[in-house]
Amino acid sequence: MNTLKYQSQAVAKPYFVFAMVLFVGQILFGLLMGLQYVVGDIVGGLIPFNVARMVHTNLLIVWLLFGFMGAAYYLVPEEAETELHSPKLAMVLFWIFAGAGVLTILGYLFVPYATLAHITGNDYFPTMGREFLEQPTIIKIGIVVVALGFLYNLGMTILKGRKTAINMVMMTGLIGLAVFFLFAFYNPTNLALDKYFWWFVVHLWVEGVWELIMGAILAFVLIKITGVDREVIEKWLYVIIAMALISGILGTGHHFYWLMVPEYWQWVGSIFSAIEPLPFFAMVLYAFNMVNRRRREHPNKAATLWALGTSVMAFLGAGVWGFLHTLAPVNYFTHGSQITAAHGHMAFYGAYAMIVMTIMSYAMPKLRGIGEANCNKAQVTEMWGFWLMTVGMVFITLFLTGAGILQVWLQRIPESGEALSFMATQDKLAIFYWLREIAGVVFLIGLIAYLASFFVKSKQTA
Amino acid sequence: MKTENILQAESVTQLLENKADKRLPGDLAMWFFILAELTVFAVFFIGFAVAENANMAMFAEGKAQLHKVAGLINTIALITSSYFVALSLHSMRKNNAKQTLRHLGLALVFAGVYVVLKLWEYQALFALGIHIETNTFFTLYFLITAFHFLHIILGMLILAYMAINVYKDNYNDPTTENEFSGFESGACYWHMVDLLWIILFPLIYII
Repeated sequence: MNTLKYQSQAVAKPYFVFAMVLFVGQILFGLLMGLQYVVGDIVGGLIPFNVARMVHTNLLIVWLLFGFMGAAYYLVPEEAETELHSPKLAMVLFWIFAGAGVLTILGYLFVPYATLAHITGNDYFPTMGREFLEQPTIIKIGIVVVALGFLYNLGMTILKGRKTAINMVMMTGLIGLAVFFLFAFYNPTNLALDKYFWWFVVHLWVEGVWELIMGAILAFVLIKITGVDREVIEKWLYVIIAMALISGILGTGHHFYWLMVPEYWQWVGSIFSAIEPLPFFAMVLYAFNMVNRRRREHPNKAATLWALGTSVMAFLGAGVWGFLHTLAPVNYFTHGSQITAAHGHMAFYGAYAMIVMTIMSYAMPKLRGIGEANCNKAQVTEMWGFWLMTVGMVFITLFLTGAGILQVWLQRIPESGEALSFMATQDKLAIFYWLREIAGVVFLIGLIAYLASFFVKSKQTA
Repeated sequence: MKTENILQAESVTQLLENKADKRLPGDLAMWFFILAELTVFAVFFIGFAVAENANMAMFAEGKAQLHKVAGLINTIALITSSYFVALSLHSMRKNNAKQTLRHLGLALVFAGVYVVLKLWEYQALFALGIHIETNTFFTLYFLITAFHFLHIILGMLILAYMAINVYKDNYNDPTTENEFSGFESGACYWHMVDLLWIILFPLIYII
């Protein structure tokens, strides 16, 4: 059965599927690291902690990028009311990006990082070795090529079609994503400058342009599942992205506190990042309000659950857990502790992993020719996945927060001499790490349930 | 609020007593945005108060170096500007486009007075060798007033946008109730900018 409005939207499917494959990898490496935290090396030195961490974080970023690209290929043609400019280009770029991604991960796993740097010519154009941006230079160049082709394809689609606020916000977000990635190529030798520009990629992605992508996807799904007037949804989208950009861009200051920048950054960073929860809170109000005012009963209940869930979890993870340690006087003690890890986990899951699963939940039944929604049984399985992953993540966050508070108490607050060393502190946190690992297993079970929901079949499709 | 009620109301009290009329002027989204803006400034003001409490002498000395008369003139300029925006709304309700434009124009002129004077104030401080890194007082002085200054600029752009729409007669279509709400939203934003200065001026310059 053909259930797509525009046939070229079908290119979104491989992007979503591959995103899920990488997601599984990310979680497995996360669990491995969770164990390494407490028992040390368990795989005979084959996968050192630093490599596992690199794989865990890189897989996350790459699967989210695949998810965003899939989301864009799905929603941009539908919003523009025209076929995608070139489905062929989208498929070619898919294989290039997927191939480069797999090669990179295999490189991390099977070649020592220094050797990988050497054989990929890092000596000629050094960009490697920075957290999250560990990819070999040649892969980074590949990412830029893929991004350019992707933006060209979408840009041409929008130019020939209808221009909606959602498409404009989505495009702005995606262009911003590509532009800020260019700072990955600027690698000053001065460590403070290195970190300073590194945040131009990392912060301005997750607390800037990615929020536009999230806002656009959420608005798209809300229009579809609630039937509320586009005008109303778009108006709120504008308010939210305005707040997100103002607070997010100036909020970059919260990374500069201890980076040899002028002291006023402590004020700018503290005050504007204190405002960063607001756009997320607005998203919660907006999502719930629109669903309450719905004009139709969409059969895809799971997609509605994801849309509401992502707004709440993004607010908690990015908003509340971010605020916990964002004020300069607090951050003086908590900087780079397990509290940061707690925030990172829930924010990435709540804001970005969940928004990708929101659009997937809405789009996959159509992409797979099932119809408006999966059968009831499949939706119930999917909702089990939602709740297990979400509850698992809540507990991962709570246990890491507990670990973080204890870490600050033992290692950061006491005057030097009385303070425990880093590794001695880690030993004291073991109970929290074990609990976190158990919550991680719950998360994995949730992920399995979620993936299983794609295979649940019923004779009658909704 | 119905046009006639406002026009017929003899006093503010009479307006307030008219409780049956509870419509929110402007768009709810604008009010949400205003609330967010007020929150940012509230955090700034709290930060300022806390820092002042910890550095009484430094703040007193800093305040003494500010030009109070310039601050006062700016206060008057902004209140006057807001007054003309309020008048322009009345003219709108009377469907008098010419008068609306005149009032908006005057509001922009008084906002312009603020812009020029504020820039002169900054220039005078720079000439004394005072800048954002001089001390905590001036860090906060420059951050808060510059942030407010940016709001004045944005507010002026909004007023100009409103004036263009009045000129093009975009608000005068009885079918576009929403457009009129756009005018009210813009007016509300400008009143917020003015209100912020009324708190900011005594807090930073005087008390």
